[in-house]
Amino acid sequence: MKRVQFEHSTIPYLFVAPQIVIIVVFFLWPAAQAIYQSFLLEDAWGLSSQFVWFRNYKDTIFSESWLQAASFTMVFSALVTFLSLAIALLLAVKANEVIRGASTYKTTLMWAYAIAPPVAGLMGNLMFNPLIGDLYKFFNAIGWDFDHKLDSFDAGFVVVLIAVWKQVSVNFIFFLSGLQGIPKSVNEASMMDCKSSFRRFWTITFPLLAPTTFFLMVINITYAFFETFGIIDTTTRGAPGGATNTLVFKVFQDGFRGADLGGSSAQSVVLMLMVLALTVVQFRFIERKVHY
Amino acid sequence: MKQWNWRLISTHTILIIGVIFMSLPVWVAFATSTHSAESIIRNGLQFWPGGEFVNTYKEVLFVKGGVMKSVLGTTMLKNSLILGIGFAIGKVVISMLAAYAIVYFRFKLAVPLFWVIFMTLLLPLEVRIIPSYGVVAGLGLLDTHFGLIVPLIASATGTFFFRQFFRSVPDELLEAARLDGATAWGFFKDILVPISKTMIAAILIIMFVVGWNQYLWPLIMTTKEENYTLVIGIKQIYQVLAEGGEVPQYQKAFALTILATLPPVLVVLVFQNWFVKGLVESEK
Amino acid sequence: MSKVQLTNVRKTYPNGAEAVRGVDMEIDSGEFIVFVGPSGCGKSTLLRMVAGLESITEGQIQIDDRMINDVSPADRDVAMVFQNYALYPHMTVRGNMSYGLKNRGMPKEEINQKVTEAAKMLRIADFLDRQPNQLSGGQRQRVAMGRAIVREPKVFLFDEPLSNLDAKLRVQMRIEIKRLQRRMNVTSIYVTHDQTEAMTLADRLAVINDGKIEQMGTPIDLYNNPATLFVASFIGSPQVNLLPATFDGQHLVSGDVKLPGFTDLPTSTDLVLGIRPDELHLDDNGQFPMRVDIVEQHGSDNLIYGGILGAINEGDEETEFCFKAGQDMLPELESTLKLGFNAERAMVFNKESGERLR
Repeated sequence: MKRVQFEHSTIPYLFVAPQIVIIVVFFLWPAAQAIYQSFLLEDAWGLSSQFVWFRNYKDTIFSESWLQAASFTMVFSALVTFLSLAIALLLAVKANEVIRGASTYKTTLMWAYAIAPPVAGLMGNLMFNPLIGDLYKFFNAIGWDFDHKLDSFDAGFVVVLIAVWKQVSVNFIFFLSGLQGIPKSVNEASMMDCKSSFRRFWTITFPLLAPTTFFLMVINITYAFFETFGIIDTTTRGAPGGATNTLVFKVFQDGFRGADLGGSSAQSVVLMLMVLALTVVQFRFIERKVHY
Repeated sequence: MKQWNWRLISTHTILIIGVIFMSLPVWVAFATSTHSAESIIRNGLQFWPGGEFVNTYKEVLFVKGGVMKSVLGTTMLKNSLILGIGFAIGKVVISMLAAYAIVYFRFKLAVPLFWVIFMTLLLPLEVRIIPSYGVVAGLGLLDTHFGLIVPLIASATGTFFFRQFFRSVPDELLEAARLDGATAWGFFKDILVPISKTMIAAILIIMFVVGWNQYLWPLIMTTKEENYTLVIGIKQIYQVLAEGGEVPQYQKAFALTILATLPPVLVVLVFQNWFVKGLVESEK
Repeated sequence: MSKVQLTNVRKTYPNGAEAVRGVDMEIDSGEFIVFVGPSGCGKSTLLRMVAGLESITEGQIQIDDRMINDVSPADRDVAMVFQNYALYPHMTVRGNMSYGLKNRGMPKEEINQKVTEAAKMLRIADFLDRQPNQLSGGQRQRVAMGRAIVREPKVFLFDEPLSNLDAKLRVQMRIEIKRLQRRMNVTSIYVTHDQTEAMTLADRLAVINDGKIEQMGTPIDLYNNPATLFVASFIGSPQVNLLPATFDGQHLVSGDVKLPGFTDLPTSTDLVLGIRPDELHLDDNGQFPMRVDIVEQHGSDNLIYGGILGAINEGDEETEFCFKAGQDMLPELESTLKLGFNAERAMVFNKESGERLR
């Protein structure tokens, strides 16, 4: 809060108005509708609807396919988060160590940030194409009976690999800037106190990176939940048999392809609650920063 | 004789493997896009550029039916640029104005309005796809630039970023300006916007990339091929390849991924420092 | 040439905190007034109320008999120099100095002329086209003053303008500010927590404590005749020596130390005796036996610190005195000096209320 502020009756309202209007029309109103529709059951032609309380929730949430998607999303998010953070941290630590070529490494490791998830998805899709894909051929050549169109583990492998590839660069940027934010004197002091660089990393550097890591975890989970839509949509599309359906992809499938408005809305509302939980966790941690 | 520094060697080895992991797929995509469809089917992916560069890209960019049924690559490129630039500018304008009001004015509804803006963090597009489509369709905004861009620019990230930045501006600057007789609008225009220049540039760059890469919203918003962005074209080419038919035009698929990647990557590389600064600062 | 008048000015924050609790003051045309006090005493708040940057909860502020309580800062005809200068970082020196004039709709030529004139006076004419980040601390300080000068305000306000400068520059700028103010003869209010700055700059000094004026007067008057214990200990460097004592009808008594030469003091109250370091002298019959702890050699004179043997202790701390002596006075550490003082010039305060008794 500023010590001195303008006191005006109209100007501040004019300034916030554009954003607020857009939010009300395109955020709050649709969200409210999603909540409302999640309690409705439409007939097959969409002509009449009936208020059915929590039946949509019961029907969708306890359906086998939703539970399958939910558990895939959990495993998928955990893997993507852990792997992309681990790889990025390793690369950031190494990139922070070198002097020669530091900026080249930095640039070539971060530029993939600019690639859209569906573009990464299509690229990966082609790499795993049975006809031309070298990766597909490679895995089969080393004795892995690889077929991501039929085998759900293999399909999961493909989407995790692409999702991790796409996310490493963001994590790398944050870890590197976190590492560079550690005062030089702290590093120098730790070098006098501890000989083993391995121990130094886990006792000094890593704890100092904890805020960055925590923040990135939230970002990565959000990414795995939502932004990977584009990857799934251009690779497996949930195949085989829904084994690689994420929750978001399923909302989209059921809503647009399946035209199950009530069920899709109920899923949306469950997702909203998940985002809420994630956000609460996030802001618990950095409370002082949202403190108004 | 100089001793081998094994530590240094292992460090560089790890970094080089990392660089290969991050870059090779894109390189292969590019190299393969410069070969003919037939040779790709015969020989698989390519690691070195072939002789079909001009042909492939010319067809993708300028020939009707070259990659989509009717829309040209250049049209998609144009649509992508409009989305990227429109999104970036719209976001900066809207969030700067809102952040200015919230930080620099004392008004009754400041706190509730702040929380309304905060709410957007809880409502990513993915959780309200279908009703959002309904609203835009109901307003007759399908297939319009307005309907494509405006609903995307209202999220809180930009506002929070500028709010954070404005709060870090010394209070005395406003006090000095008030003694100098600046009005609310004058202070914004003469002082605040100019001193935020770097921040604005950083956000513009990030938002251009984010806007360019939008997928889900344009996917449900655009029904006519002439409104496709390059990223949406990806989806289309996926469909064509999946459906099979004649000789699969893999080189065009790869060319499209390269075209969809190049502009945002260039922006990020050229403005690397601003971009990194903006990215790291905005998440604080 | 303007008068400033504050009448029963109060500031209460919405959370109930009282920053200023009833200040009355009359400042004459062309006078240089310094508000001095410890941090958090309300001196800056008071200045900012004159500037219009803080609202006035109660009371009146007038400039030239015009009530300005509700006049916007820009229309009060005051100019301010901030502690961190608050220069507009994206504007050149010229831009910084002319911004206020532009907002007042002054024609361009007139602005240019005024800016050039002020820049010459402040010796920053060569930097007019540079940006603040290309200037040194002292130059930035001058620009901040230039921005105030070109406005030709009725009142100059300074909010600890020298505290970001290094010691040497601070002394230099202090002299320059004084010179400038003399030359322009503009009523000025200057806030600082540094008593040397306060003493050297002020025509009159207002010592502020806990939102109220403890005492107001010329610097030398405040030094010689402080009205309260607070003023006595705040003004003067090195600080006044303080000795807790009681009065037995003839002597001031502090433990084994008995001091004659005092009359008409209450016998039932705790008192504090105050003696300036330069009022002490070596005296074989002196009443203060001082065990020498530290000798600071400042060049022209030496400051000798040590505990007074036999005096009442405040808690665990020994009562320590500072004795200002010439440069050739160099006692052995741990040796004992006998110090005398002139009872006529010594001050006695009521310990509880801080009130001066003689």
